[in-house]
Amino acid sequence: MIDRRLLATQFRADLKVFWRNPQSRYFTMMLPVVFLVIFAAIFKGYTVVDGRPIKLTTYYVPGIMTLGIISASFVNLTVAIVTQRESGVLKRVRATPVPPAVVITSRATVGVLVALVMSGLLLAIGHVAYDVRLPGSTMPGLIAAVIVGAASFCCLSFAISTLIGAADAAPPAVNLAVLPLYFISGVFVPESQIPPFLRHVADLFPIRHLSQALLKPFIDTHGSGLAPDHLLIVAVWGIAGLALATRTFRWTPKVA
Amino acid sequence: MAPAGATAPSAGTVVSVRGLRKTYGEREVVRGIDLEIHAGEIFAFLGPNGAGKTVTVETLEGYRTRSGGDVRVLGEDPQNASRGWHSRIGVVLQSCTMPGELTVAELLELYASYYPRPRPVDETVELVGLQDDRDSRAMRLSGGQQRRLDVGLALIGDPELVFLDEPTTGFDPAARHHAWEVISNLRDLGKTVFLTTHYMEEAQALADRLAVISAGRIVSVGTPETLGGRDKAPSDISFTMPAGIDATTLPPELALRAERRDGRLHLRSEHPARTLHELGGWALQHGCELDDLTVGRPTLEDVYLALTETTERDL
Repeated sequence: MIDRRLLATQFRADLKVFWRNPQSRYFTMMLPVVFLVIFAAIFKGYTVVDGRPIKLTTYYVPGIMTLGIISASFVNLTVAIVTQRESGVLKRVRATPVPPAVVITSRATVGVLVALVMSGLLLAIGHVAYDVRLPGSTMPGLIAAVIVGAASFCCLSFAISTLIGAADAAPPAVNLAVLPLYFISGVFVPESQIPPFLRHVADLFPIRHLSQALLKPFIDTHGSGLAPDHLLIVAVWGIAGLALATRTFRWTPKVA
Repeated sequence: MAPAGATAPSAGTVVSVRGLRKTYGEREVVRGIDLEIHAGEIFAFLGPNGAGKTVTVETLEGYRTRSGGDVRVLGEDPQNASRGWHSRIGVVLQSCTMPGELTVAELLELYASYYPRPRPVDETVELVGLQDDRDSRAMRLSGGQQRRLDVGLALIGDPELVFLDEPTTGFDPAARHHAWEVISNLRDLGKTVFLTTHYMEEAQALADRLAVISAGRIVSVGTPETLGGRDKAPSDISFTMPAGIDATTLPPELALRAERRDGRLHLRSEHPARTLHELGGWALQHGCELDDLTVGRPTLEDVYLALTETTERDL
């Protein structure tokens, strides 16, 4: 079992590191807010989801939430892990008696917490600025989607970190992985405007399933807003990532 | 693995290495080395880059697996060491390795939480001389200060054995002397220190004993005074030949030992008093002062260069 007091100390330190790093603060926290404001300003009117018209702003709040969750739990986390591994921070920690599970769990918890805060922030901005209403009954569905999504993308982050060999390569590599998927997964462009074959391609990856699971609580006014089918697929990706990471995760730079 | 009985370490042995080998593919980088390090000593490990120094140190620290031989560090095999073992060692790696967003005190407190019986944070801050920078973020410290913080992080768990891998590389002379003081303090605290360095003055100033590794083998073990037979080596007497005086006028017993190097005349002698007496007589006879006369023994650096040069050539 994980030593909870140790985990709490490590978590506080990791949270401070995240908050004091301007790069993670601005890219992770600011970028989604800026995107939401820009998209809401450019695209007006309605789009069609499941044959029903919904306001584009209502569509973009969960869309940009997807971006925010993935920024916090995948993009930022992967860059942090690769940078710390290549500079020897992880190697140094490895020489101490701290259990690896504490280090890993703490990092992942920061990712999940930041994702929750981001989602709350985007929800609040949507509510105040664009009159986007979340039916109260669907709140559990939204929270479940944020947590399952963030946790799964943290696991994928640990898995992909071993494939990146240099700190410089981390930001372009993770962006190459997520940017095209944002476009075809309905994060930037409404679903109804994406050709079906691209949507099928997007269905093979977890981003579209996460964005669908986040959208459901906004349009499904009856019920809990939970999307078990989509969340299951996201979770399977996460578990696969975790299985790969436990086998391949590296604490030290590759020996030449 | 060698049978445990063959390597039963004596009491007070902190590190015991027998026949350590490490190969990467076809390349054998460590070729069967033996080391014994005793409790409370500062042991310096010297060698040129690529000689197998880092591989050896990282094997002792538990970072690398070995291809052969037997290794015991604090009674355990570092390859499968327990959590408890990790709390008894301290490690300073070659490069500065801490999240720069945290302050000196925050980092020490975090690392303290990893250990069962940590040293007090303030005491450790003082030990490495960072009192004035207690609340500075690590990234704002100078290179020397970061290195001292690194040493502080290695000491916060109150370890018995501390590994210092090139702790003063890139330091200015003042920072280096300060670091030496910190390392000397460790001896007074009763710690065992395993130090690697490229600086011979550092080994000379700090080490109780040292070993030189070259091309994967230990080529000499001794104290700074005895390494490579330094204590038995002939003295070196040297001076600049005064202008207008011919070296052929030297008496035969001096001429035999003479060698011209770097514009000076060097005399090797096992009996420096006698040789100096003869040289003095000759100088007075020719009316010259020999005002740049020096008498010396081979420095640690001379011995080190001779040791590593011969083995590299043998390859």
